[in-house]
Order: sequence, then C-alpha cells, then structure tokens
Amino acid sequence: MKISEEQVRYVADLANLSLSETEVHKFQADLNEILGHIERLSEIDTTDVEPMAQVLYDAEENATWRADCERPPLGTQAALANAPQAGDGYFKVPKVIER
Amino acid sequence: MQIASLTVDQVRDGLRARRFSAVELAREALRFAEEQNPATNAYLHFSPERALSAAARVDEKIARGEDAGPLAGVPVAVKDVIVTKGVRTTCGSKLLAEYVPPYDATAVIRLEEAGGVILGKTNCDEFAMGSSNENSAFGPVRNPLAPDRVPGGSSGGSAAAVAQGTAVLALGSDTGGSIRQPASFCGVVGVTPTYGRVSRYGLTAFASSLDHIGPLARSVRDAAVLLGVIAGRDPADATSSGAPVPDYTDSLDGSVKGLKLGLPREYLRDLTSETGDLIAAGVATLRKLGCEVRDISLPATDYAVACYYIIATAEASSNMARYDGVRYTFRSASSGTLSEMYRNTRGEGFGAECKRRIMLGTYVLSAGYYDAYYLKAQKVRALIARDFARAFEEVDAIVAPVSPFPAFKLGEKIDDPLAMYLSDIYTITGDLAGIPCMSVPCGKTAAGLPVGLQILTRHFDEPNMFRLADAFERARAN
Repeated sequence: MKISEEQVRYVADLANLSLSETEVHKFQADLNEILGHIERLSEIDTTDVEPMAQVLYDAEENATWRADCERPPLGTQAALANAPQAGDGYFKVPKVIER
Repeated sequence: MQIASLTVDQVRDGLRARRFSAVELAREALRFAEEQNPATNAYLHFSPERALSAAARVDEKIARGEDAGPLAGVPVAVKDVIVTKGVRTTCGSKLLAEYVPPYDATAVIRLEEAGGVILGKTNCDEFAMGSSNENSAFGPVRNPLAPDRVPGGSSGGSAAAVAQGTAVLALGSDTGGSIRQPASFCGVVGVTPTYGRVSRYGLTAFASSLDHIGPLARSVRDAAVLLGVIAGRDPADATSSGAPVPDYTDSLDGSVKGLKLGLPREYLRDLTSETGDLIAAGVATLRKLGCEVRDISLPATDYAVACYYIIATAEASSNMARYDGVRYTFRSASSGTLSEMYRNTRGEGFGAECKRRIMLGTYVLSAGYYDAYYLKAQKVRALIARDFARAFEEVDAIVAPVSPFPAFKLGEKIDDPLAMYLSDIYTITGDLAGIPCMSVPCGKTAAGLPVGLQILTRHFDEPNMFRLADAFERARAN
C-alpha cells in the first residue's frame, strides 16, 4: 500500500474536504490502485526532457496583453446574486474573529 | 420538416423559402425536445425565453433583408459546464444546482451572434469529470441508440441530444476525450479543436492546460460550420490563439487522394474484435479513396493514462478550490466555523468522482511528491507531444479508434475507477498534445452500437481533419 489511512485523512485535510469513514477507506483503496498504475512512469526515461508547461509555444511574450482601458465592472449586486449569504455589499461567512 | 434529422443547410433553405420562421422552428424544436427528453435525460433544463428571443431576432433580420448569420435559426444545445447569463448552469453538480451566471461564455455569445438558437443546457458528468455521464448529480443520460447503455462522457447529454434529434448542433467540452468518446458512443460527429482555437471564457475550469470547447453534430459539414463560428481570438481568454480562422467548409472538397495517413500500432492492441473490424474496414475505405496508409508508432502512448491522471487531477484540485461555500449558491447547513463551512460544503456538495480526483490531485501536488508525480508527468507529456510531432513529419493525419469498445452498460464500470480511466487511453493523447482531433461515425456492431473513427492532425490543421472526415463520411454513405 502506497497510501496509509492516515495519509488519506491528511490529504483530505489539505483539500478542505470532509470525508465519511466509508469514503476514507474507499479512497484509500482507489488511490492505491490508481497510484499503482501511475508507478509505470518511472520506467520511461525523461533525462534532458523539458517539462511541457505550455501547450503552444509560438506566441510572442506580450501576444496576450489587452489594451489597458476602463471597462464597466460586473457590479456588486450581480456579483453577490449567487452568494449563499450576503449583506451590506459583502459575502458573509461565519465569524472568524471574536470581538 | 423532419425535425429530428434537420441540418444547418436545411434550416437555412427553409427560412429562405419561408417554409417556416425561426420562431416557428424554435417552438417546434422546444416542443419536440421536451417531449423526447424523458427517454434520455439529455437536457437538464430548457431555456425557452432565450430561445424564442434569439429566434425572433433572426426573423427580424430576415424581414429587414439582412444576413441573419451562418447558424440562423439553428436549434443548439449547450453543455451545462458552459455559462449562460440568466440561465441556470449546474455543471452536473449539487453544488451549483441553483447557480445562475451573471455572464455568457464567449462561445455562447458567438453562437447567438451567428443566429443560433439555444434550446437548453445538457447533462454531463459533474464538472466534466467522467467517461459515462453517470457522475451527474441529476441522474445519468441514456444512450438514445441503446437505452440500457451509457452515452459516454462527459459531454453525454450533448451527444445524446444530437443523436436523438432534439438539437441540430451542440457544444461540448473535452479535457480527456469528453467530446469524441460520447460522439463515438452515440454515432455522431464530435470535434476537439486545437488547444486555444476556441475561447474557454465561460467554460467552467476543470484542467486548464487540457480544457477545450468543441462542436457535436450529425454531419462533418455542420460541425465545421459551428467550429468556424466559435473559433478565434478572444481578449477574455489569454490562451486563445490569434491564428486566422479559415472557412472550414472550403476544405470539404473531397480531395484526399495522396494524403498520407498514419495508423499507430499502439492504438490497435486492446480493441474488442468488432471495434477492431470496423476500424480496419474504415481504414480500407480511406485506402480506396486514394489515401496512403502506413503503420506508425507513438511509443509514449503506454504512459498517457498515468500522465493524464496526474496533470488533470492536479489542475482540477486547484480549480475546484473555488467551491468553498462563499460565492456559489450552496453552503452546508453545518457551517458553525469558517473551516467547517469549507469542509462540509465540499464534503456534502461534491460527488464521489470529483472527490476522488481532488484527493489524487492534492496528493500528487503535496509536499515531497511534486517532482515524482507532477514534474515527471509534464516531462512525459512533452514526450507524447514529441511522438506526434515526429509522426507528422511523415504523415498528414493519424487515424485511430476513439475507444477500445462501444457504449457499455449503465453501472458496468462505475465501481472500478481505474478501468474507467484506462478506457480513455486513445483520446487523452490528443488533449495532452493539444492537437485537433475528432470522431466520425465508422459503422455499427451487430448489436447496433456505433463505433467512431478518430482523425488527428497537426496543430491548427483542422482543414485537413475536416477534409478527410467529410470524404470518409460521404464514402460510407454511398
């Protein structure tokens, strides 16, 4: 097993994901199976290969710059329209600082 | 008017001859789609107001004698990962069940500017993660040709709507095969254009270095028309290309004699016998058309699934971070503290496949593993791209199967994620390399299940891809 139950809980914590006990065990098994397949990457020689971070290389460095000019913004009302909780022009979240 | 088999040309001719108005067509198309939808669950919801006002604009333009655009009056379905202003966009997720976007995707704007009429939004795997459409929070889609089977995924609803005849055209999205594989399973044409050819502004991000928007249609010509409408530079998407957009219908000239085609041996090893026979018959058809077919090798193919499921999940884990219960409609009722809000919103909101990919992506990016997984995968991705570049020094196009097998039964693979991932082997390579690729129908198995032939060409060589697909489609029709 590449991943322990403890590691599954640690990764879920990093991802801010609450998991049930059943999910912890299921994902432990799934991740081990998938990572087992992924291990084959160690067979392929990548010495002196540049990592492919861009799909197309031919653009000039500034090819994607847009004109720096004013544009009408979305507006607070539209931006907040899908918020689960909003008020006074802000997204509302549970209190993080005790007064 | 045969609504279920309409083509773009037929709509244009019908409007021109005043056999129907765009509004009449939109009403009839909506009625038909709503009536037929329970058989497949292809549409998640309809947008009649938007459809009828778009159709009315087309009729007004025609009445004024103006050009109403290349898609004037054509009923279109849009995958529900592509945002539509004022029309719910759920991404197949419980998290976004009530999300109404405040803006339109660029592809949607271009579609409507060209006269297209959006009937509604189509079902898909949650956030486009899946190969069967079974990962939708709103129920699976049934394959219109075999109701006990999947339509493929993740653009299963778009492929099913086009196959069922409840849309003439559809927009899908492809990150690892999500347009081509469902097109193949449903017997329609599906196109993944060159990376950057179509703006992704308004496409809900899954894996940004791999995501594409592309057309699904019942003919190569209709797909070519739609791509021509949505392609091109967009200042709102920095990855969109400024390369000029040719008129793709110009390349549907049948002149494929002498084209050099490569048949990669790595793509023929694990096919079911019927898929293998149909692909072989398809290749024979291409030879008869005067194409020169040669065996080629793309040796890094064996590592493509491993490479893809590192890169795609790493990017997905980052992109999915925005669903935190603050901005997008759903927040867990158990949100006592900020941390509980994040964890419980995500834990309750995401389905199993999204969670699995967020977990895998977070793991491969976590401290100490970056070099072994993500960096290694980026290097292997370069080798996969190099394989294609070398092949294209010798050949003009590559032909291959889309999937090792035709549509499988609902529930057949859902409990075996690795088997599901491995079935993407022939489609993920095109996305990793960023080259244009498409599925064109290649016949049916004895049980009547469609099989698609895949055509891949050099970056921005959509013209040769369409040329070959169109000639193949016509040869099969004769």
